[in-house]
Amino acid sequence: MNKLNVIDELKALAAEGMPAAPEVAPVAPPAPEGEEGAAPKKAAPPAPRKNGLLEVVYAVKGVHVDVQVAVDQVVRAAQIIDGAGMTLEAITGVDWITDKELEVVYDYSFTGGECFRVVVRTRIPRDQPNIPTISKVFPGANWHERETFDFFGINFEGHPQLEYLLLPEDCDFHPLLKDFKGC
Amino acid sequence: MSSQALSQNKERFELNLGPQHPATHGVLRVKLLMDGEYIVNAEPVLGYIHRMHELMGENRTWAQYLPNMGRLDYLSALSYNLGYVELVEKMAGIEVPERAEYIRVITTELNRISSHLLWFGAFVLDLGGFTPLLYAFDDREQILDLLEAVTGARLTYCYFRFGGCYNDVEDNFLSGTLAFIKRLRSRMPMYHNLVTKNVILMQRLEGVGPISAEMCRKYGATGPVLRGSGVNYDVRKNEPYSIYPEIDFDVPVYHECDSMARYNVRMDEIDQCMRIIEQAIAKIPEGPVMAEKVPKMIKPEPGDYYHTVEAARGSFGIRAVSDGKNQAYRMKLRSPTFSNLSLYQEASKGMLLADALALMGSLDLVIPEIDR
Repeated sequence: MNKLNVIDELKALAAEGMPAAPEVAPVAPPAPEGEEGAAPKKAAPPAPRKNGLLEVVYAVKGVHVDVQVAVDQVVRAAQIIDGAGMTLEAITGVDWITDKELEVVYDYSFTGGECFRVVVRTRIPRDQPNIPTISKVFPGANWHERETFDFFGINFEGHPQLEYLLLPEDCDFHPLLKDFKGC
Repeated sequence: MSSQALSQNKERFELNLGPQHPATHGVLRVKLLMDGEYIVNAEPVLGYIHRMHELMGENRTWAQYLPNMGRLDYLSALSYNLGYVELVEKMAGIEVPERAEYIRVITTELNRISSHLLWFGAFVLDLGGFTPLLYAFDDREQILDLLEAVTGARLTYCYFRFGGCYNDVEDNFLSGTLAFIKRLRSRMPMYHNLVTKNVILMQRLEGVGPISAEMCRKYGATGPVLRGSGVNYDVRKNEPYSIYPEIDFDVPVYHECDSMARYNVRMDEIDQCMRIIEQAIAKIPEGPVMAEKVPKMIKPEPGDYYHTVEAARGSFGIRAVSDGKNQAYRMKLRSPTFSNLSLYQEASKGMLLADALALMGSLDLVIPEIDR
């Protein structure tokens, strides 16, 4: 697996989706640029993060590469990562209720040698939580996506069996949404 | 599966394995579509003891969440304790004294041995051998006694704190641990003679339940399942944490990809755990077991953080999102058996039911950790 190839491909992919967003330096080679510029990327008051690739400090964040892509790019991101021989660790969501958005987070890692962790994230509107499934690329995504559907009500389009996995089959709530008030 | 077995009569039937079945080791249900003795499709049904630990992480402080870590995988709870405290220490920038790191490694590895011993007994029990369980529990009991003396609990440990450990270990714990290792070493040949070289066990496991390295990769399987498929991946080596880089140990890898390979990986891991503990006890320095300055109220910088440790069943990862408050904004627990079990549907296709149970046992399932 070539780390730099993966980084370049993901960077090109993320750059495609945005018309002009020069802040995240699309040409810089994989090097310190903007390393801790990553710090405020999650805070709610500043503007939400733009799509693009950040190389974050592994010792601080626990991942090497953090890339945000558009919704329709998650499958291609998964294909790039699959092509590099990496594995899917987990899929989860985060409810950013003040932004009226849901974030879907994919964790990938490499088990065949030197540690390399990539996180791919995307944001979808809270009232239309639709996102394509990656279970055709990684069959292991099947359960992770079902779990994310349980907890957040995110609709993974094209999923072979989008049913409740951990929650009871007759339940009508999604407990990790921030406006969930108990049942 | 021979084609005759399928084609002679097309009569298929559904069979429920569980939710209450001794072979599932907890409340797991497997919906089986059977053709005679052969499995056409096996679909695990989860959620019978789902407790929503991830939501609990969002409505209590970082420290209040510690006891939850003992209740995910109750057989190797200390690995989960370790993963969580290391994550929070990373987020809050807390330094841990060296003695505490050594204590953490010694106790975690002891816990790993006890987990593997229980798996060993229960697995052989699944295959119809009752006696080894009693021997394994005898040894495991000694570990529980040792750990009870330092942690105060026998199963659901909550021993590590942000910045160190709850209390120091005494010399008689260290000498007792060494004595236990001496005893277990002398008993390992007995286990191998009694079980590993048993021809019935070999025939039940060899070539049964093949899981290729590629399948592991596609499903995200880790731990002994992955190492039994010939992949040399152990978080302790590939992504070292705590004091593991200072300790000399090997990662057992078997290339056969069958249930026997997974069995062998775990048995060899017991030996490696003993090596790790012995070295750690030889090297353990004097000093404090808690960092001096640990903030009472932990408020990490906003952002998201990931940390992984090697639990007894594979890599356990936590993704925590902080918004700068004293509680997590989001706490994702990535449990290893969840991914390991997800390949079961594909791996068990066309197997005999009895073989599929051997395969399930070789995955080493702990249901509370899958359901969370």
